[in-house]
Amino acid sequence: MIFERRLLTRDRGTGILEKLWQIPWSFVLLLCGVAAVGYVALLSAGGGNPDLYAQKHAIRFGFGLVMMLCIALVDIRVIARFAWLGYLGGVALLVLVLLHGNVGKGAQRWIDIGPIQLQPSELMKIMLVLALAAWFHRASWERIGNPLFLIPPAIAVLVPVGLILKQPNLGTALITTMVGAAVFWAAGMRWWKFAIGFAAAGVAAPIAYDRLHDYQRARITTFLDPESDPLGAGYNIIQSKIALGSGGMWGKGFLQGTQGHLNFLPEKQTDFIFTMIAEEFGLVGALTTLGMLLLVVVFCYLVAFRSRHQFGRLLAIGLGTNCFLYVFVNVAMVTGSIPVGGVPLPLISHGGSAMLTVMLGFGLLLSAYVHRDVEMGPMRE
Amino acid sequence: MTAWRPWAGPGLLGGERSIRKEEERRRGIFTRRAAVLGAIQLGAFGFLGSRLYRLQVEEGARYATLAEENRVSARLFAPPRGRVLDRNGKVVAGNRLNWRALLVAEQTADLNATLETFSKIVPLGDHERARIEREVRRNRRFVPVILREFLSWEEMARIEVNAPDLPGISVDMGTTRIYPETEHLAHVVGYVAAPAESDVGDDPLLQLPGIRVGRAGVERHHDRILRGRAGAVQVEVNAVGRVIRELDRREGIPGQDVQISVDTELQKAVRAKIEEGTTAVLLDARNGEVLAMATKPSFDPNIFNSGVSAAQWRQWTAARTTPLINKATNGLYAPGSTFKMMVALAALEAKVARPGDIVSCPGHLDFGNNRFHCHQRRGHGGMNMRSAIMASCDVYFYEMARRVGIDRIAAMANKFGMGVDLDIELPGTRRGLMPTRAWRQAQGKPWSIGDTIVHGIGQGFYQLTPLSLAVMTARIASGRAIQPHLTRAIGGRPARGSRPEDWPSLGVPEADLRLIREAMWAVVNGGGTAGASRLPAQYGQMAGKTGTTQVRRVTREQRERGFNVSQVPREWRPHALFVAYAPHDNPLFALSVIVEHGSSGSGAAAPLARDIMVEAFQRLGPGRPGQRVAEAPR
Repeated sequence: MIFERRLLTRDRGTGILEKLWQIPWSFVLLLCGVAAVGYVALLSAGGGNPDLYAQKHAIRFGFGLVMMLCIALVDIRVIARFAWLGYLGGVALLVLVLLHGNVGKGAQRWIDIGPIQLQPSELMKIMLVLALAAWFHRASWERIGNPLFLIPPAIAVLVPVGLILKQPNLGTALITTMVGAAVFWAAGMRWWKFAIGFAAAGVAAPIAYDRLHDYQRARITTFLDPESDPLGAGYNIIQSKIALGSGGMWGKGFLQGTQGHLNFLPEKQTDFIFTMIAEEFGLVGALTTLGMLLLVVVFCYLVAFRSRHQFGRLLAIGLGTNCFLYVFVNVAMVTGSIPVGGVPLPLISHGGSAMLTVMLGFGLLLSAYVHRDVEMGPMRE
Repeated sequence: MTAWRPWAGPGLLGGERSIRKEEERRRGIFTRRAAVLGAIQLGAFGFLGSRLYRLQVEEGARYATLAEENRVSARLFAPPRGRVLDRNGKVVAGNRLNWRALLVAEQTADLNATLETFSKIVPLGDHERARIEREVRRNRRFVPVILREFLSWEEMARIEVNAPDLPGISVDMGTTRIYPETEHLAHVVGYVAAPAESDVGDDPLLQLPGIRVGRAGVERHHDRILRGRAGAVQVEVNAVGRVIRELDRREGIPGQDVQISVDTELQKAVRAKIEEGTTAVLLDARNGEVLAMATKPSFDPNIFNSGVSAAQWRQWTAARTTPLINKATNGLYAPGSTFKMMVALAALEAKVARPGDIVSCPGHLDFGNNRFHCHQRRGHGGMNMRSAIMASCDVYFYEMARRVGIDRIAAMANKFGMGVDLDIELPGTRRGLMPTRAWRQAQGKPWSIGDTIVHGIGQGFYQLTPLSLAVMTARIASGRAIQPHLTRAIGGRPARGSRPEDWPSLGVPEADLRLIREAMWAVVNGGGTAGASRLPAQYGQMAGKTGTTQVRRVTREQRERGFNVSQVPREWRPHALFVAYAPHDNPLFALSVIVEHGSSGSGAAAPLARDIMVEAFQRLGPGRPGQRVAEAPR
């Protein structure tokens, strides 16, 4: 039975039309739906004027869609082959951004590539997932039990994390670490090693706190008690919670959100776009949006479970975790559950760099799905 | 297509079968671990959902309120302040339109150029320019800054014509308080000024910039009525406070007009007759309405409106003539012989003397080691009550006071409005001091019979206001416990107290009062001390009483040399007093006049009182066009 399917897969992998047929169009439709939510939210953020944000968002999504479908057609083995090259490219960009990048709001660093601003730290997360998936692809259970085998991937995580911390961007560094950890976990790293890792992190946290920048510390202390400084650092959290809460069950209606339209909400078109949705469309709108994003993450898991090779599984689980962290950190941030971190909501927030990297990730995911049954070579001991 | 195998190498021992087995194992581990990860992530989504539920549903109402507070800002606007009218409806405190030029900084590209153009129309001084630039810097860019107030018509027109060259500049209309009668009614009407920190209490209106509150006189007493209630407009504001739109508007309640009983023309006529240091209070004898209340010097209340300069304030407060103080209600004097009616009434009430009892006046009264002189050094001879008042015999009243005692005199004076709080609408009116035995003992000093004797002629510790003397006179004339008052109508509705029946009887026997009135008539018309100050016959006859109070003690030496007031410095001369009512047979007017350092009640105060009475008759007397005395306002 397995043998037969494998034969079928070989045949399926050859023709472009066959591959297009394999693309899960329901998922593409889901992405279009999420992007449409983003369009509506950005239309509202622009006060009903599409020229401000919504139009650009739609164009970017269109480009991203084409890019995603192109990547979906690329053979997963080719992707696996160039995984480390991509990783090295990502690290190079991180170094470049440290040397020549533009700094914004003390946290984000980007480089201008033609018309778009690229944040290499976003790209890096995907490249890291690729590299780790490639590394663990051939590892047997015994092999992963060997600590020496874990050292190269650990270094592969720590190098970009260190570079991102250097920017400095604490939030993204933590997310990158978590994405890497998820791949380690799924690959089968022993759970007690994880426990040791968490313990080490617990010991290191106070020391790290000492070395944080003042604004980063302010974010943490403000998070713990936002009302302590209502017009200072806590302002964003308070206004965001007011916007969310005042939306109620059904919301104030499209373009009727007072918090957003009277500019009480900071950065409503980027980090706080979810607040805008929750204010104008209420709990119903917020949960619908959240549900759609949950479906996107669930799809990543489906791809992982359907994949017949470890590379595809790890890639899908890494990308799924990345997508989950985007959504969780952003929504938890705007609901005042974790410190403000400057993480966009995928496919909804305004911004070219995030859209590009997110669609790139989904392209890889689709490729893993399309090529879920290909023969990828054996594992080693 | 040959599969590229980067990880090709020695396979697992056991060949293809073993690999497949291992692959299955690895897959199983992955599935379990991915399930754990997925469960965590699903749990996290659940957490977000519950968090949203809590924020949006459970705490939704609270946050909705907070959002509303964010969004809605209530702005107050001041209603027009009520006017103060005189008894003839003439505006004595009104509102004048105040055209102001405003600048909205964000609407002009080049602030300096705009100000330059503006100052070609309305010249701006360097100081003013600096103030404007400071305010522009301090405020948000959309907040209007006042460039200039009180623009003339011509300036306003030129600004409007040049509007295209003056981006961001607009003309707006406000109001400012104006007192057309300037210093003539300042002490009565009072003035308005910016509220002090302590005034800003419960009324949110007082927090408005540019608001004025009554700080003295009627403006202060009736401040709440005149002020009205603030209107409110609810506006939607954005995060930086800019008004987006108006949501709701509640009109304020305009301040009500207050009509006072003073006749402006009469007031001005009285002021024209008096000189510096003189105070005159003219009441309607039947109901206590204040018809004129004049003192000199005064001040221009309009100055307070735009803020008093430090130099002006120093000048006012340092002046010995105290222009800011209303001497009618706050000046304190000994009543002198004008008080003798009280002593007489007290003696009658206490039944220590009958009207016909004769007291012989040898020119002095010896009591213990002291000799108390009469102003008539030769003595008046035998005096009864009527002749003693008429001739103002001191010895008679020394004797009466000795018989009655100070406390009964004080009680009688209190009944006539002296040394008690008067119910007049002038905040800060002083009660004065009516000395009693208990008062003196409270000071730790004994009260001697000698003190009582001196107080019998209105000298000593008395501190009485000209107003209270006028009230005494009106109460003698009417026999009613009238209160002096200024309010005739509020918002067009007549105030209580304009009819004589509104006031209760004094409770003094009419026969006693008639005797006193007869004596006062005789003072002017029966050969008494003020015989030279009779009214012209067509106005009827005036009844009155003179008074002269020493401000310095006259030594025995001076007395023996023949004391002549014209030879001493003015500030050493006695004050001259006169109280009067007229006409005698049907009293309309009651008057008190105090001429500081006027030397003699009969010489200085009585003729002035006669002139004021004539003015009153001409203005408000029977058959006159301005006849409105005691007539209820419509």
